Amino acid sequence: MTTPQIIKQGAEAKLYIGKYNEKRCLVKERFVKTYRLTEIDKTLTKARIKAEQKTTKRCENAGILVPKVYNVDFNERKVYMEYFDKAMTVKEFIVQVQKEKKLEELDMLMKRIGEVIGKFHANNIIHGDLTTSNMLINPKENDYDLIMIDFGLSSFSTSHEDKGVDLYVLERALLSTHSDLPDLFNSILKHYKDINPSTETIRKFEEVRARGRKRTMIG
Amino acid sequence: MTIAIGFEGSANKIGIGIIRDGDVLANVRETYVTPPGCGFLPKETAAHHRKQILGILKEALRVANIEPKEINVVCYTKGPGMAPPLLTVAIVARTVAQIWNKPILGVNHCIGHIEMGRLITGAKNPTVLYVSGGNTQVIAYSNKKYRIFGETIDIAVGNCLDRFARIIKISNDPSPGYNIEQLAKKGTKYIPLPYTVKGMDISFSGILSAIEKKVLPDRGNKNRRKPLPVEEEAHHEDLCYSLQETIFAMLVEITERAMAHCGSNEVLIVGGVGCNERLQEMMGLMCKERGSKLFATDEKFCIDNGVMIAHAGWEMFRSGTRMKWEDATITQRFRTDDVQVTWNVADE
Repeated sequence: MTTPQIIKQGAEAKLYIGKYNEKRCLVKERFVKTYRLTEIDKTLTKARIKAEQKTTKRCENAGILVPKVYNVDFNERKVYMEYFDKAMTVKEFIVQVQKEKKLEELDMLMKRIGEVIGKFHANNIIHGDLTTSNMLINPKENDYDLIMIDFGLSSFSTSHEDKGVDLYVLERALLSTHSDLPDLFNSILKHYKDINPSTETIRKFEEVRARGRKRTMIG
Repeated sequence: MTIAIGFEGSANKIGIGIIRDGDVLANVRETYVTPPGCGFLPKETAAHHRKQILGILKEALRVANIEPKEINVVCYTKGPGMAPPLLTVAIVARTVAQIWNKPILGVNHCIGHIEMGRLITGAKNPTVLYVSGGNTQVIAYSNKKYRIFGETIDIAVGNCLDRFARIIKISNDPSPGYNIEQLAKKGTKYIPLPYTVKGMDISFSGILSAIEKKVLPDRGNKNRRKPLPVEEEAHHEDLCYSLQETIFAMLVEITERAMAHCGSNEVLIVGGVGCNERLQEMMGLMCKERGSKLFATDEKFCIDNGVMIAHAGWEMFRSGTRMKWEDATITQRFRTDDVQVTWNVADE
């Protein structure tokens, strides 16, 4: 047997191309983390694989584009899922757009991101790890699909606080990753409100943000 | 040749350090230690610093074996930190700068930690985990600033440890974290605690409440006055062990997330909690798995000290930063990403 070629080692999993029922697919293996206690590792891995599976279903029902999950294997810690050959991450896409000086492309992208996150929250799905590395651009003729990935930290919640934190995590990730484009988040938020008009969520988001800014950082 | 002197006193440590082009000439420090069950309060901490600072200054100059006239720049911690101790130290720094007729520079405490860590370990452009009593941040350099990729959304990791030490009333000498680390070595049984990671951000307040309930089950519950039977009472060793294992796993995880996100292959741990050997061991295992490199320092430079302020000030001074007298103030809130980096960090 040949060892499969790892296409990416993310924070939690190794990704490689494998086969499921003779079909080419992406295998996401949440390998054993030797640094943490076996008890913690097992519980977390199981919970995250479950979250991945459940949230994929919920997203499909809500009409959000996500990779199909073909199968999960708790013993081998693997998720078999749909693979997009030509996709790139939104992070890579933004960097490329900046290089090619086609910044007008960003408006459309931010609209789509805002709408998809709005859809998440309107359906009470919390992503838990919104970054530009966890969104894919899958090109199609003259256009592209925005595909959301990585639901290991996702949950189902009606709480505005949870949704507010979700937005806060995204804002922070954008500010640090794309520091030269400070307006991305506001543009996302504007379109987010079209889909999830809850003022309570926004209020909570601002509350969470204030906690961060006002934190006295001692010693 | 540039010699910088640094004054640090943003929390319960008061330290003065002298550095000459990367050579540490002096690193003198005293810690304000409170009785078990008590934290350090601003007013008392400032009083402690006032009492100690001149002795420490004399000692630092003696150890360094230099005359004040040889010093090129006086640096002090501008923030973040507790106002009264910050003020105490800033006043002394301003005074000696005037007496010696030297330029003054206010330094961001967090930048001090990062630059000192880079100097000691030789890390080039690492993902930095900054963990202390008041801060928990995952930082990486890009575009002339140290950017915060992840941080606590409530209390700091060291604060969580300190408060737990107060709940179980263990000694604050030399530090609560050190004593938790020693107790944890004897722990064997893992007691499940909440595990809260939110993307690259992290939360500790729920864990603190959960572990508090295990020690003081009737707190906040008027109907439950009866103490738990002894055999049900979790041992302090096991609690320390479980607390450390849980929160350090969370810290390693968010660091790894930031590394994967930024494509980085170096980690530097700084801040007081950073000298915990179990945290270093766990981070090392994670790095090994990724083929990355870990850089860490011991308590001399991890824990707040004057040299780190001197060294960060040295970098600022050499790259042309100057501060007007009227700007030589203090601020309790001073975020790491507020500082424009004028010196060379990485090739961009």
